[in-house]
Amino acid sequence: MAVEHSPATPAGDRSRIHDIGYRGYDGPRLGRAYARRSLYSQSLRGAYGLGRSVKSKVLPMLLFAVMCVPAAIMVAVAVATKAHELPVAYTRYAIIMQAVISLYVASQAPQAVSRDLRFKTVPLYFSRPIETADYVRAKFAALASALFVLTATPLLVMYVGALLSKMGFAHQTEKFAQGLVSVALLSLFFAGIGLVIAAVTPRRGFGIAAVIAVMTISYGAVSTLQAIAFAQDSTGAIPWIGLFSPVTLIDGVQSAFLGGSSAFPGGTGPSGGEGAVYVVAVLSLIAACYGLLNRRYQKVGL
Amino acid sequence: MVRVTTFEDVTVIVTESLSKRFPRVTALDRLSVDIGPGVTGLVGANGAGKSTLIKILLGLSPATEGRAEVLGLDVATKGAAIRERVGYMPEHDCLPPDVSATEFVVHMARMSGLPPAAARERTADTLRHVGLYEERYRPIGGYSTGMKQRVKLAQALVHDPRLVFLDEPTNGLDPVGRDEMLGLIRRIHTDFGISVLVTSHLLGELERTCDHVVVVDGGKLLRSSSTTDFTQTTTTLAIEVTDSDTHPDGTRAVREALHARGVDTQGEAGGLPGAGHILLLTATGDETYDLVRDAVADLGLGLVRMEQRRHHISEVFTSSDEQRKEAVGHGG
Repeated sequence: MAVEHSPATPAGDRSRIHDIGYRGYDGPRLGRAYARRSLYSQSLRGAYGLGRSVKSKVLPMLLFAVMCVPAAIMVAVAVATKAHELPVAYTRYAIIMQAVISLYVASQAPQAVSRDLRFKTVPLYFSRPIETADYVRAKFAALASALFVLTATPLLVMYVGALLSKMGFAHQTEKFAQGLVSVALLSLFFAGIGLVIAAVTPRRGFGIAAVIAVMTISYGAVSTLQAIAFAQDSTGAIPWIGLFSPVTLIDGVQSAFLGGSSAFPGGTGPSGGEGAVYVVAVLSLIAACYGLLNRRYQKVGL
Repeated sequence: MVRVTTFEDVTVIVTESLSKRFPRVTALDRLSVDIGPGVTGLVGANGAGKSTLIKILLGLSPATEGRAEVLGLDVATKGAAIRERVGYMPEHDCLPPDVSATEFVVHMARMSGLPPAAARERTADTLRHVGLYEERYRPIGGYSTGMKQRVKLAQALVHDPRLVFLDEPTNGLDPVGRDEMLGLIRRIHTDFGISVLVTSHLLGELERTCDHVVVVDGGKLLRSSSTTDFTQTTTTLAIEVTDSDTHPDGTRAVREALHARGVDTQGEAGGLPGAGHILLLTATGDETYDLVRDAVADLGLGLVRMEQRRHHISEVFTSSDEQRKEAVGHGG
């Protein structure tokens, strides 16, 4: 029961640690912006399993390695054969590796938000100075940053390799910059989709399955429809079909504006006008994801 | 008695005809109450509006009408400032099982705005004060209910708030764990100097812990007064004695002996096992205790039990209908 002791504890009581008196805290309280930054860095580290158990480091680190190894091999081959161009364009790399990226989103988006919902930790955040928008922004930014690290690192490997094998500095830099813009857009977009899906379900397993379904199945379905359209010579329909999966949306944007060559059947990427539709679609989907997340957390509250 | 309701010239909590209406229910109905420093119990049945009140006081849910201030800050406009200086321990589980108590509380300290070094230092201090030692480095998933409750309490105290809201902190604890938690709550005020608003649907446990009790029912204020006011008017004494060879029915012998000395007794109500062996009498002062002691000693019996049975706060509910009374339950 209530044990009241003064800080000056008698000698015989020294072994009882809890008798040290209570000390208050008069130091600085850094407020909302600091709390949001702390949540961001904690979530970003968490997305690679840092500060978590060894088990949870395995998958993100493995996927990171899987993303980087092909780039390293390509660079090695290009250097060895003294090629004048990398075998794969910067903008194409993420499209080729889309399965790995989708798997990463599927595994880490539920980790970022489902845990807080499932274990009802959310009220502890909102009983502190941060507000719904701070929480959503921190989580969104953290997952987008994690995805950017995942997708931009192999591009950096390719760029450094290209420069080492003296492939025209200006040309490579321009293509690399376009690649970075493309993966930045991809990171924001995929992070948004992953978080919205994960935030709806407190069960991590459902979250993972749903993200994979949306990312991969939609890509498979769209690619199949595009192939059918191509086989039936209705090439005009191909860009419009491409609007219906996240991966092909990014592909369309970069082939229209970022100098990428389209992975669509027959290379029939969207034209300038169609490309604008793609950009609008991607940007408004990112905004919609942010809005939906805010609405979702407004409801969760306490 | 004039109660001190201010702390550094600020009343801890003030509400003025605070109402919260949802489409189908009225959670709070023109609640006006002043709460000062110390430990205050907020008592009511499930659904009486306790959690709604805490939400409004944290500035997370706007009141339909009326106003409220916490630590002199208006809940409608100064929510973030309030939440910086107030701690909250939810009723439900809120701990992730795969991190250690230390990691979790450090993170929560930073969410309250404490710089990294201070967050770690305060976490170590706070976990020690709530009674978590070596186990604080192990994942929370392996903790007992009592330990989890302590971690929940620690995260509410880690930023050294001036006021903490504890929502049903004794839920799910066994009697020993409950006593420890109540002792800890008492210490939060006496040793740490932090005011406490603690909710419970059990009245009995609050009368031992709180300086002041606010009873709400159906969103309305039923009563607000100090715990002593609730229970002081009369003190009921419960005694139990052994039987001996000379007095095979010790209880009866004592009853008769006390009656001879002018003290009326009654048996304990309710057909609980052993209830027949407990005598209740009204203590009018210290002399009553002496009288009982002497009467039992004269008969050569052993005094097994002599304890104060304070009037349960549940008696304030007698005006409510039977159904509510049952829902409230009888603590203690």
